Amino acid sequence: MAVITLHRKPLTFAERTYLPQVAAGLWTTFKHLLRPKETLEYPEQRPAIPPGYRGVPALVKDPHGREKCVSCQLCEFVCPPKAIRITPGAVPADQPERTHVEKAPQEFEIDMLRCIYCGLCQEVCPEEAIFLQNQYSMTGYSRAEMVNNKEKLYALGGTRPDAHYKWDKKKAAESAGGAHH
Amino acid sequence: MTQPAQTDLITVTIDGREIAVPKGTNMIEAARLLGIDIPHYCYHPKLSVAGNCRMCLVEMGMLAFDPATKQPVMDPASGKQKVNWMPKPVIACFTNAAPGLHIRTNTPLVRECREGVMEFLLINHPLDCPICDQAGECKLQEQATAYGRGYSRFIEQKNVKPKRTLLGPRVMLDDERCVLCSRCIRFSKEVAKDDVLGFVDRGSYSTLTCYPGRRLENNYSLNTVDICPVGALTSVDFRFKMRVWFLKQTPSIDTESSVGVNTTVWSREGVIYRITPRRNDAVNDTWMPDSGRELYKQVRAENRLTAALAAGQSATLDAALAAAAELLKSAASAVAVVGSGRSSVDEQFLTRKLAAALKAPAWIVGRAGEGDGILLSTDRNPNTRGALVTGLIKALPGPQLGELAAAIDAGKVTTVLAVNEDLAAAGLTAAQLAKVRVIYLGTHANATSAAAQVVLPALTVFEKSGAFINQQFRLQKFVTAVPGPAGVSDDLATLARLLVAVGGPKLGETATTLWPALAAEIPALASVSFAGIPDEGLPLDSKPWAGLRFGEGASLHFQPAAAT
Repeated sequence: MAVITLHRKPLTFAERTYLPQVAAGLWTTFKHLLRPKETLEYPEQRPAIPPGYRGVPALVKDPHGREKCVSCQLCEFVCPPKAIRITPGAVPADQPERTHVEKAPQEFEIDMLRCIYCGLCQEVCPEEAIFLQNQYSMTGYSRAEMVNNKEKLYALGGTRPDAHYKWDKKKAAESAGGAHH
Repeated sequence: MTQPAQTDLITVTIDGREIAVPKGTNMIEAARLLGIDIPHYCYHPKLSVAGNCRMCLVEMGMLAFDPATKQPVMDPASGKQKVNWMPKPVIACFTNAAPGLHIRTNTPLVRECREGVMEFLLINHPLDCPICDQAGECKLQEQATAYGRGYSRFIEQKNVKPKRTLLGPRVMLDDERCVLCSRCIRFSKEVAKDDVLGFVDRGSYSTLTCYPGRRLENNYSLNTVDICPVGALTSVDFRFKMRVWFLKQTPSIDTESSVGVNTTVWSREGVIYRITPRRNDAVNDTWMPDSGRELYKQVRAENRLTAALAAGQSATLDAALAAAAELLKSAASAVAVVGSGRSSVDEQFLTRKLAAALKAPAWIVGRAGEGDGILLSTDRNPNTRGALVTGLIKALPGPQLGELAAAIDAGKVTTVLAVNEDLAAAGLTAAQLAKVRVIYLGTHANATSAAAQVVLPALTVFEKSGAFINQQFRLQKFVTAVPGPAGVSDDLATLARLLVAVGGPKLGETATTLWPALAAEIPALASVSFAGIPDEGLPLDSKPWAGLRFGEGASLHFQPAAAT
């Protein structure tokens, strides 16, 4: 292979003084002094979150404050980094109004050190119980602190104003006796 | 085992492909041999044919013959014999092979039939999949993917039926999910011989129920859960425990009795969630007893031994092995070895080697129970035959260690090595146990481990690999489903190292490395390697032991030698 030697062009006198470049740089600086600010004073100032933003995943309750998750474990299955860990169980006996739902998570953990905010859990959920929130900042001093348990997840998620009430309809049909019985 | 002679082979044509099948084979099985799947719900290969789900409808035709001359009618276009196709579809499960039978499974008519059946089945089916334990192994889900519409045309209210009925102590019924296939009814009647289930009412009122005053509580009730194609019958024990798609399946053997039921162990991340039967047409078909499904609970039992003990103090395995070897060597010829009919063939071989190295007599503990004539035999050791084949014992074991007790009382035995057997449960009194020094290798704490000078922790059948020989002299292997507790070494390694420590030969410490030694020394296993044992087991020659009087009665695929 032929070797091509490239010769650098010698600098002119003006270039060797560096003054034109310093002046050009200062000009850019002065220009920005007069323009409106591009940066935010984080954390005092926070950016506006666009709709559809994928922040921290959290569990939501229905407008009546009832748990929506039935621990079907589809989010655990679909989660690419395996951040979700669910311990399924039956609906606790102290919630007679929900026994017809039969199933609820005993524990629900999302490891935020693993989560990649892909939103597949929200997409796969058949009960619309898990949503990615607007919150993006998760900090902690230990690994254990970065694992959101069920309690934390419901605190983060709050309630969601949608009115499907799939299980209420089911219960109504049961008590009405449906078409038969 | 001799295979029945396959004389009556009949050639049938499925989707234009010919296959020769034995007389009496139905079309679902014949198609399966060709790799063609005919969807079905009510048909089960080990039960009678009910033909009520109508999912397996196929087009059927016969070769055409002239009624007058009985001569084949030829098709001038193809030059082959003409096929007379029937105008209506037939069910494949109730159509047996006949000479000249043709079926088509991939025509628009067949597809339309399947879609129609699916639509009717889904009309009243609740949208329970997120809370249904069957999800992931549900035939209705699978067929809906292939033949479902994706939306419902049913605008009326869905049928409402009872959702949480306990049919028995272990089986929960959800009537809304039931597709009325009657598999569970036929199973209870034909296999479990406990005819407790039936349908009551008609049409969409039809409901599965137990006969008044009866419950589904026989020892085979959980098989109805296995064969239920939908989530109508679920196991109370496994209910809401884990989704099946997370579970890893490992082939294993039920250790309850000498039947050697083939099982599948379902585990996730080192935790076992359930045990189900594994099909073996020569042993257990597709069934297993309920009692065998609970054995996984011993893995995480509270009294599990997880650390070696020497003289009552916890010790490293090396120190405990050294202490054990010291005890055994210092006892000179006053040692006795108690092996186990629950140990695998490889462990029994090493136990025999240990007994030989110590010049000690060896016994195993016999376990007798009531046989149920199905899949539980009277011999509750899974591997009594293994102890005979490996030469650990020469005669059948008794339930009590009477000879050993007498030898201890006479002062002839001062040290006992117990491998996986509780000596107290086998009839030794506390006084006798106190008279001897005991070295105990076992899985759980008991009276023997409490009395033992040296305790070596062992693994359960789910945590190790090995092989059992069942009542048919069928060598069947099991493999590791979950890892053992931290710090517990494999039983084979413990035994092999103890053997070296007492001055015996150095043998392999895993099943794979030990089996060449077994094959070399035991004539019955001469050509066997551990990896070479097939999944359905390997029948061994039982002639050398034909003179022994085994206690088992007849069971599902077993006739005692005297009766044949």
